[in-house]
Amino acid sequence: MTVGILMLVHTAFDRAEQVARHWTKYGCPVVIHVDADVSAKTYKAFAASLADNENVKFCKRHKCEWGAWGLVAASQSAAELMLDAFPNVRHVYLSSGSCLPLRPVKELVDYLDARPRTDFIESATTADVPWTVGGLDHERFTLHFPFSWRRQRYLFDRWVDIQRALRIKRKIPHGIVPHMGSQWWCLTRQTLSAILQDPERETFDTYFKRVWIPDESYFQTLARLYSTNIESRSLTLSKFDFQGKPHIFYDDHLQLLRRSDCFVARKIWHKAHRVYDGFLRDPEGAIKMSEPNPAKIDRIFAKAVERRTKGRTGLYMQSRFPNDGWENGMTFGRYSVFHGFSELFEDFETWLSKTTGAQVHGHLFAPERAEFSGGQKVINGALSDSPIARDYNSIAFLTNLIWNTRGERQCFQVGPRDEGAPVWFLAKDPNAQISVISGAWALPLFKSNRNFSDIRKEAARLQKLENDQLWALRSPYAKARVRIWTMAEFIEAPMEPLQSIIDEIGNGAPRRLSEAPRMTDLSGFGQFLQNLKNQGMHPYLMGDFPVDTLENEQKKPPRKPYLVQ
Amino acid sequence: MRLGRAFRKRRELRPIADRTDQIKPHDLLLYSTQRNEQVRLPYFLEYYRDKGVGHFLFVDNDSDDGSLEYLAEQPDVSVWHTRHSYKKSKFGVDWLNWLQFRYGHGHWCLVVDPDEFFIYPFCDTRPITALTDWLDASSIKSFSAMLLDMYPRGPITEQPYRAGQDPMEIACWFDAGNYTMTKNPDFGNLWIQGGPRSRVFFPENPELAPALNKVPLVKWNRRYVYASSTHMLLPRGLNQVFDEWGGEKASGLLLHAKFLDTFTTKAEEELKRNQHYAASVEYLAYAERLRDNPELWCKWSEKYINWRQLEILGLMSKGNWA
Repeated sequence: MTVGILMLVHTAFDRAEQVARHWTKYGCPVVIHVDADVSAKTYKAFAASLADNENVKFCKRHKCEWGAWGLVAASQSAAELMLDAFPNVRHVYLSSGSCLPLRPVKELVDYLDARPRTDFIESATTADVPWTVGGLDHERFTLHFPFSWRRQRYLFDRWVDIQRALRIKRKIPHGIVPHMGSQWWCLTRQTLSAILQDPERETFDTYFKRVWIPDESYFQTLARLYSTNIESRSLTLSKFDFQGKPHIFYDDHLQLLRRSDCFVARKIWHKAHRVYDGFLRDPEGAIKMSEPNPAKIDRIFAKAVERRTKGRTGLYMQSRFPNDGWENGMTFGRYSVFHGFSELFEDFETWLSKTTGAQVHGHLFAPERAEFSGGQKVINGALSDSPIARDYNSIAFLTNLIWNTRGERQCFQVGPRDEGAPVWFLAKDPNAQISVISGAWALPLFKSNRNFSDIRKEAARLQKLENDQLWALRSPYAKARVRIWTMAEFIEAPMEPLQSIIDEIGNGAPRRLSEAPRMTDLSGFGQFLQNLKNQGMHPYLMGDFPVDTLENEQKKPPRKPYLVQ
Repeated sequence: MRLGRAFRKRRELRPIADRTDQIKPHDLLLYSTQRNEQVRLPYFLEYYRDKGVGHFLFVDNDSDDGSLEYLAEQPDVSVWHTRHSYKKSKFGVDWLNWLQFRYGHGHWCLVVDPDEFFIYPFCDTRPITALTDWLDASSIKSFSAMLLDMYPRGPITEQPYRAGQDPMEIACWFDAGNYTMTKNPDFGNLWIQGGPRSRVFFPENPELAPALNKVPLVKWNRRYVYASSTHMLLPRGLNQVFDEWGGEKASGLLLHAKFLDTFTTKAEEELKRNQHYAASVEYLAYAERLRDNPELWCKWSEKYINWRQLEILGLMSKGNWA
């Protein structure tokens, strides 16, 4: 017994000829259907090229358009001819002109001989398949589809809408349950002839002519009526991408195809010379009986679809520029923003990088320059510290920095002076961990050697700016992990918040902080705030700093570094 | 309207070698304008022949270094000559629009300058025709390839370029992650800036830095025109080469080997001719910096290895091509 190959061809005739000769060389007869849209001249030339081969026959031609009945009609005609002309055929294998046998033909024949009653046809009820194009699954069978999806998309869509609105429902012929699956099947003579010679075939054909994409459902449904043993899978390796078109194989897939152990693959690029030469030749080595194993190829194509539909989180580039809210993550990964910490603690940045191992920058959005870690002028990805270039597109500056330093946690400082900082973007980004000690901007002023009237003016300005920033961080749109303390609150028990921030950054196992950063000397700060108040500028963002308590503290010697045992 | 311009400008072109009758229906066509690029042409032609280009169509803007004669001798090149103003023809766009209207209809057309080398996913194993066949099958009509400025390490005059040499042997460094982009509401394209030119030549006024977005590969139709160099096209839909819903479309890069030792003389000459975009502001900036023989290379420059590296860095994407 042998296998008969049906080939649906509409282009790349040289390759079709090559493949047809390969099948017949190893004893498999071939029936070819050529699309009726192919010119008579081309058809004749193609038919003539195979005229010397008596095991190749050409069947009646139909117009084949994707999604329409023609493909089923073509398969029917080809199958009828095959069953008539080659009585020793037991299994009939439907393939296309761009299919390629990957394993020796003998292995396929042996495989099918060992399963003489099995029909290989992917066939699932509509409820169970995820791969439908255009959102039509069960409706494929209950609506009418007189228009072409490719050429008359507008009419196609409107007609669907109208039928939905009018609640038109076609009656599914009695006795059948719609099934769908890959169009590339391999059926036994018994099953196939039962379908083709069914007394009710006329009814079924009339019905399926107006079903959408009948080549994925005609045989898949009817096989369920007659087959005694359906293996619901296709022997043809054929992967579809998100638009429902098949992935194409190229020369660089050669090894992958070899290792897949699939019998036939679709679709091969017609100029993939190495693939064609590699598979269309005499088999070497022993005949294998292994099962097809396309898992690796599946993974590659699944990844490709994911890249096309989801993309890489945090990447903005020439072919990925998501609209607001469609980014699947506004930045590549988590990062930490510290507000007021480097003002309150004298060695905060060194301490932080020592404790967490993260890359710690100064004020990235400082008006003078982007203060990259270590004072670098250019950083990962050749990002420059120029404040003008940075402010030209500060969001891109930030997303670039986070993207360029993938795999290394980034921390940076922000303060009210950094007017260019994209605070709203930070607030909305779930990847941002933002910790704020409000009012700490007053400390540099407190320590500065400036005239008090200037200090007063600057304090008023910074307070207003910080208030705006806090407004963004507290807004209901904020998705960042935001923590805000007033300075007064924070200095009461600094270790606890520091510990939880560090734990959240979490490089490795959580551990107790053994060393705290050195807090700046606050003696006299209460009085300083009081002076501002006396001048009519009321600093409120730092919380309550009573004048006397700090005055009392002042009598003690300057504070030693905070050590927790 | 722009087609009308192209139509008028056709008179400015005089055919020197017209081999367009050799163009076969499925040929990939390459269009380019050039002026005194003799030293670059041998490698340029070799590179693109190897990648599957079927026919080259050149506009020569009054070269006097023998490059016109060289091109006219090539068996797969058609070349037109013009003495007219590069600037007035919209930097060559009008001329090429005319030639694309006349010969490009129904073909995949690649428009590149002689210092641009097209890189796309799998370009080490698949020719451009594999890409265009896939684009056809996916009903995609235009393909994005951002300009990626390449530069040598050390002063650019240090390593002289020899004819026939792969320019990327010298200019093999690039900036990996300092590009910014905004959407242009008029044409629907992305406006991309950044890279070494922005970093070194325009640190004080980044808005003047040249645009890097390009759509050089298009399944041409006579209704199409390039509106401004190859940065944007009409109709607008052709500029929609980027995904807006989080996914990635497939895209490539044009490795821009501008910064070879030939650049310093070129910059001076171009400045004298004053034939470039925005009153040659770009060349003014170059000339100013070039006097101190600048170094584009920095510690964080990335060395070019292959397209996979560029795709991992996020400069281009395989999209759903696998």
